Amino acid sequence: MLNVSIYRYNPEVDSEPYMQDFKVDTQGKDVMVLDVLEKLKTEDPTLTFRRSCREGVCGSDGVNISGKNGLACITPLSEAVKGNKLVIRPLPGLPVIRDLVIDMSQFYAQYEKIQPYMINNNPAPAIERLQSPEERAKLDGLYECILCACCSTACPSFWWNPDKFIGPSGLLQAYRFLADSRDTATEERLANLDDPFSVFRCHGIMNCVQVCPKGLNPTKAIGHIRSMLIRSAT
Amino acid sequence: MANIRTMSFDAVIVGGGGSGMRAALQLAQSGYKTAVITKVFPTRSHTVSAQGGITCAIASDDPNDQWQWHMYDTIKGSDYIGDQEAIEYMCQTGPEAIFELEHMGLPFSRTEEGRIYQRPFGGQSKDFGNGGQAARTCAAADRTGHALLHTLYQGNLKNETTFLNEWYAVDIVKNADNAVVGVVAINIETGETVYVKSKATVFATGGAGRIYASTTNAHICTGDGVGMALRAGFPVQDIEMWQFHPTGIHGAGTLVTEGCRGEGGYLINKDGERFMERYAPNAKDLAGRDVVARSMVLEILEGRGCGPDGDHVYLKLDHLGEETLNAKLPGILELSRTFAHADPVKEPIPVVPTCHYMMGGIPTNVDGQALTIDKDGNDQVIEGFYACGEAACVSVHGANRLGGNSLLDLVVFGRASGMFIEKQLREGINLKDASEADIEAAMVGLNRINTSEGGEKASVLRAELQTIMQNYFGVFRRGDFMKEGIEKLNALRPRIENVVLEDKSNAFNTARIEALELQNLFATAEATAIAAEGRTESRGAHAREDFQERDDENWLCHSVYFPESKTLGKRGVNFTLKTREAFEPKIRTY
Repeated sequence: MLNVSIYRYNPEVDSEPYMQDFKVDTQGKDVMVLDVLEKLKTEDPTLTFRRSCREGVCGSDGVNISGKNGLACITPLSEAVKGNKLVIRPLPGLPVIRDLVIDMSQFYAQYEKIQPYMINNNPAPAIERLQSPEERAKLDGLYECILCACCSTACPSFWWNPDKFIGPSGLLQAYRFLADSRDTATEERLANLDDPFSVFRCHGIMNCVQVCPKGLNPTKAIGHIRSMLIRSAT
Repeated sequence: MANIRTMSFDAVIVGGGGSGMRAALQLAQSGYKTAVITKVFPTRSHTVSAQGGITCAIASDDPNDQWQWHMYDTIKGSDYIGDQEAIEYMCQTGPEAIFELEHMGLPFSRTEEGRIYQRPFGGQSKDFGNGGQAARTCAAADRTGHALLHTLYQGNLKNETTFLNEWYAVDIVKNADNAVVGVVAINIETGETVYVKSKATVFATGGAGRIYASTTNAHICTGDGVGMALRAGFPVQDIEMWQFHPTGIHGAGTLVTEGCRGEGGYLINKDGERFMERYAPNAKDLAGRDVVARSMVLEILEGRGCGPDGDHVYLKLDHLGEETLNAKLPGILELSRTFAHADPVKEPIPVVPTCHYMMGGIPTNVDGQALTIDKDGNDQVIEGFYACGEAACVSVHGANRLGGNSLLDLVVFGRASGMFIEKQLREGINLKDASEADIEAAMVGLNRINTSEGGEKASVLRAELQTIMQNYFGVFRRGDFMKEGIEKLNALRPRIENVVLEDKSNAFNTARIEALELQNLFATAEATAIAAEGRTESRGAHAREDFQERDDENWLCHSVYFPESKTLGKRGVNFTLKTREAFEPKIRTY
């Protein structure tokens, strides 16, 4: 039997959060953490978490698994269990709504701040805008972000200044548009980021890189933005 | 009882996936007060899981490609019960809709010329089936759905669409004229119930693959739109037509794109034989999905399946080389390593046909207006009610959808619905207000769950439902078996209606949502079962052992399921093309 410890908090019932222990029979199978949560929910329907695609592409089920942020649906027990114990907590640093469900408004607000959409005011051609494979390759490692918030909620700089520091996820997307040969708003985008907090609160701790379930590298993207900001200042 | 808050909009879209966000974008750009009600944050919608691409004749791979060839393929693929007018509209309008997405920033893969990369998919041909395999599916690596969904969300942010994220629509509100004037919805975070009033209500609620035990569909694909429409007394069309995707990962059910076979992968049995050469000598592994799925099941039933239980086959990709796999199918490498513990660079992926797509749904015209059928068998528009995407049956997929056509469907008809509603709003929509009693009628189901006691848990009932559908209404179907399945569903119905919600709390109560979703799953499953038993022929995805031939004399038509009588009617297929004479039904071979 696997020992599972889960963060519980229902604002209508609990005066404060607590950890609840469960025992789960996994029949020795290396199932995913989400499978364990689903099984527990059949027994205790009050257990609350988000989930949708269950294959690591929708970004719903970011949680803190035995101390590390990740997606429950693609984290196997073999990676998550330490000493026959699995500990599941909500992603840290944002307010908890209930159990493993956090309020992601601040995270989304930072995403919206970077103008996460193509800006190109030139008249559009009758077909697609052309882009070479090399130009397109610059978007690889950027556009794949699933907005799960594993990175930003693992970032101490984001914990301190979630209202002012864009955070690794938002900055990865900022660079996704800066790097796109079809986007014409580079100057405007850089001007929006040019303050002491938005980008420069990143101290290169690289927790974001360590936890990204899609293997993306926000620190590298932030480095590119810094260089662009410094170049545009001189 | 109906003393709840009202929020008013010009247009409300239920569902934040591809079709819903495309419709919303159109309306937001026009300046009308538009809201999207979505039970998950929009980018968590199931469109995100689409992999291989969006099929459209943009003439990138082949400068001489024609949308008419795509139209021919789609009509043939539908086994001739796709509406030809709708298919013509989709294939002709497609390129414009794709270029709009590209201009919005969708990061398509590229050719050396800088154009959008296109790959071959199943059922594609040049020159009306005479010119060999076409490559017509526009791709962003193997993450096209993700790229498309995020681009649409971004477009909606730019145009300041109102999102009611993590809100769940419970039921349709109808006025005294039986017109749709909004929905009752729950704010999941707070538990507040609200009447969302609207001049135009668009259902973009996606599919219902979760009626089956094994599905590629996300947990959220619970047929909410179909369930709500049926409870409101509106019919659904061709609901027996469920696509089983040939390549779901054995055991996990997760999707492996047809693009794998488009890029040169193929299926093998336990003897290592490329068996599709026997079933479809020309198209082989790129025959229609229904054909490939049935061939796989036959291989398994005849003892040539792989693995210790001989219950799956293999998809071989290693011969494509690591470089190609990394460039073209990176997501598949990830999924296979995670869920099949197989590295496609070195070894084949264990796959099995898995429930994937609902071809049927709420019948609509090409403008997205939902239809019902009057006593004389004539189409009647349901005022105020629209549908698009997988929830709708417009019908461009007929009895079998071609790969890459679902994303095109949702973009083209999301857009078309938005444009039509915009026009109607400009001309003025005047629907009678709902009375207190009308709103209360839409709260009956919710109230029952909120006051439930003594019933069984949703999770237990859901699993039973999924097992029945899997066992009695799968890839191959038989009348006596299906009758038995229907009996089992009849026995299950009162238990599901009586589902218990023990936790009556308000804050983010997902147990309440699951109990409500269960009602929609059941409604969709029951309609599927009755329609499947009623269609006494084999066509497209609907394969009956007791009626093995296509029966054009009796069944070259849509089935229409009426919820109040639980009976099946028929509706004519549209054979009226604007640009040429219709395509007459032919024997369908690949």
